[in-house]
Amino acid sequence: MSAAAAEPLLALEGVHTHIGPYHILHGVDLAVAKGRITMLLGRNGAGKTTTLRTVMGLWQASAGAIHFDGRNIAGLATPDVARLDIAYVPESMGIFSDLTVRENLFLAARKGPLDSARLDWIFGFMPALKTFWLQRAGLLSGGQKQMLSIARAMVEPRRLLLVDEPSKGLAPVIIQNLIVAFKALRAEGVTILLVEQNFNFASMVGDTVAVMDNGRVVHAGVMADLIADEALQARLLGLSLDSHQ
Amino acid sequence: MLANIFSQDLPRSKVLTVILVVILAGLLATPFIFPGARSLNVGAKIAVFIVLAASYDLMLGYTGIVSFAHTMCFGIGAYGIGIASTQMGPTWTAMAVGVVAALLLSTVLALGISLFSLRVRAIFFAMITLAVAAAFMTMASQLSDWTGGEDGLNFKVPELISPAFSLSDEKFLGASLDGKLIAYYLVVVVSGGLFLLMLRIVNSPFGRVLMAIRDNDFRSEALGYRNVIYRSLSSVLAAVFATLAGILYALWLRYNGPGTTLSFDIMIDVLLIVVIGGMGTLYGAVVGSALFNIAQGYLQDLLKLAHGNIDTIPVIGALFHPDRWLFWLGLLFVLSIYFFPFGIVGKLRAGALARKPTAT
Repeated sequence: MSAAAAEPLLALEGVHTHIGPYHILHGVDLAVAKGRITMLLGRNGAGKTTTLRTVMGLWQASAGAIHFDGRNIAGLATPDVARLDIAYVPESMGIFSDLTVRENLFLAARKGPLDSARLDWIFGFMPALKTFWLQRAGLLSGGQKQMLSIARAMVEPRRLLLVDEPSKGLAPVIIQNLIVAFKALRAEGVTILLVEQNFNFASMVGDTVAVMDNGRVVHAGVMADLIADEALQARLLGLSLDSHQ
Repeated sequence: MLANIFSQDLPRSKVLTVILVVILAGLLATPFIFPGARSLNVGAKIAVFIVLAASYDLMLGYTGIVSFAHTMCFGIGAYGIGIASTQMGPTWTAMAVGVVAALLLSTVLALGISLFSLRVRAIFFAMITLAVAAAFMTMASQLSDWTGGEDGLNFKVPELISPAFSLSDEKFLGASLDGKLIAYYLVVVVSGGLFLLMLRIVNSPFGRVLMAIRDNDFRSEALGYRNVIYRSLSSVLAAVFATLAGILYALWLRYNGPGTTLSFDIMIDVLLIVVIGGMGTLYGAVVGSALFNIAQGYLQDLLKLAHGNIDTIPVIGALFHPDRWLFWLGLLFVLSIYFFPFGIVGKLRAGALARKPTAT
C-alpha cells in the first residue's frame, strides 16, 4: 500500500509549540493517511509526545495549521478536539484511579451506553479488564492500567486514535494482543497515529512512518521501505541516538 | 429497594453500617430518649451540619475544589428566612419568598464566582472565594436595617413550627407534642432527604465525571468533558444545598447573625467534619457531623465530671478543667486525623475491603 496515495485525515503544517520559555516543536510537517497506522518514531525529547498533545489542544500551537478532515483545528479547546471523534491515549495512561474499570469505560463512551458486543470484542484482546470489571482502576497493575487506557479509546468507534507509547512496560504476550487490536481497529477504518520507541513493535504495526528529531519531522515514508533499508534505519534512528549521547 | 434509596452506594462496612444506624436512630429518637432543649439543639445541628458538610464534600471531596465561600451560602439561606419573616411576617408565603430569594442569590453568586475564577489555578480560586466571603460578611454586618447588623435577627416562624403551637396537652413518651417537635422532625427529615439527593447526584454519571475531573483533569478534557462547566455545576449544586441547610438552621433557631452562619469558625468546623469523616464519601459528613457536634456539645460536661474526681491532683486536675474543653477538642481532632488520614469512613471501608476475598 502506498502512503502517498492515501488521503491524509490529519495534516500538520509548520506547527510550532512553545511550553513556557521552551521552543519544543520547530515547524512540524506531518501527514497521517486515512485508514492507516502511522508510526511516529524518534529519540527521547524529539517532540513526539508534544506533537500528540498539540493536536489534542492540551498545548496550543504557537504557529502553523493542524488540519483534521480538511478543517483547521489549531486553537480549539481539548474537549472540542475530542468531540471530533479523536481519542488520545497518553503515555501516563491517565486512568481515573478512584473509579472502577466499568466506570472508566462508561465515561469514555460519550455517545451512549456501553455496547456489550464491542466490550466482548475488547475483552478478547484484554481479558484482564473483564476479570477486574468492578474493581477500582487504581488497584490494577501497570500493564492492566495501560490496557484500560487503550480500551477507553476503543470503547466507541473513533475516526482518529493518538496513542503514546502503548507497548511501554507491557509483557510480550500483551504486546502481541495489542498488535492484533490495532490491526483490527485499522480494519474498522480507524486512522491511528502511534508514538513508539520500540522499533520491533513499530515495524509489525505501522503502514507509514515519520521520524522526528529536534522538534521536526526528518523523514516520512512507507514503513516497509524503512524496514528494508538498514542504512536508512541507522542514519535516522542511529543518528539520533548518536546525537543524543 | 434499600440499595435504590442509597443510590447503590451502601456503606460497604459492617461497622460503618452500625454507626450510621445508631446515628439515624439517635436523631429520630432524641426528643423521646433525651428530652430537653439542649439535646434537641444538638440533634438538629447534627442534621443541618450533615447537609452543610456533605454539600462541601460534593465540591472538595468529589470535584477537588477548595472554596471558602461555602458558609456564605449557608448564611444567605438563613438570612433569606430571617429577612423574609421580619419584613413580611411569619407566614408560609414569606418563608417561600425567603427560600426562593436565597436560592436565587446563592445560585447567581456561585455561578458568577465559578465562571469567572474556576479557570484559574485552585489556590487562586480559593483566595477569590475567601475575599468574596469576607466582603459578604462585612456587608451583612453593615446592612443592619435588613440583617440586624452584628446583633443579628430574632424572628418568628409560622405557627405550626413555633414553640407556642401545641398538638396536644398530653405528653408522649415524655416529650411535649408542640411546634418545636414538629420543627425538629422537619429539620431531620428534610436533611435526610437532601442527603439522599446528594448521594444520588454523586453516584450518577454526572458525579462520576466530577470524580474523573478530580482524578485527572487533563484526561477528562481529552475525553471531551468541559471541566469548567462541570466544576461550575458542582459549585452551584453545593451552594444550593448549603443554602437549604441555612434555611433549615434558621427555621430551627429562629435567629440568625453573622457569627451563627457566616463566620470563618463555621467554615473551619465544616472542613474538620469533612476531613474527619472522610473526604469523597458523603457518609463521612454524617459520621463527622455527629462526632463533632456531640463533642462540641458535651465535652465540657464530660470534663466537668472528670474534674470533679481529680481536681485535687496538681497539673492533671488543671488539665481536665472544664474550661480546657477546646484543648481536648483540638487534641481529639489531631489524633483522629493522625490515625484516620482518609477519614473514619475511608478507614472503615478500607478495612472491610482488606478483609474481603479478592477475585483473581
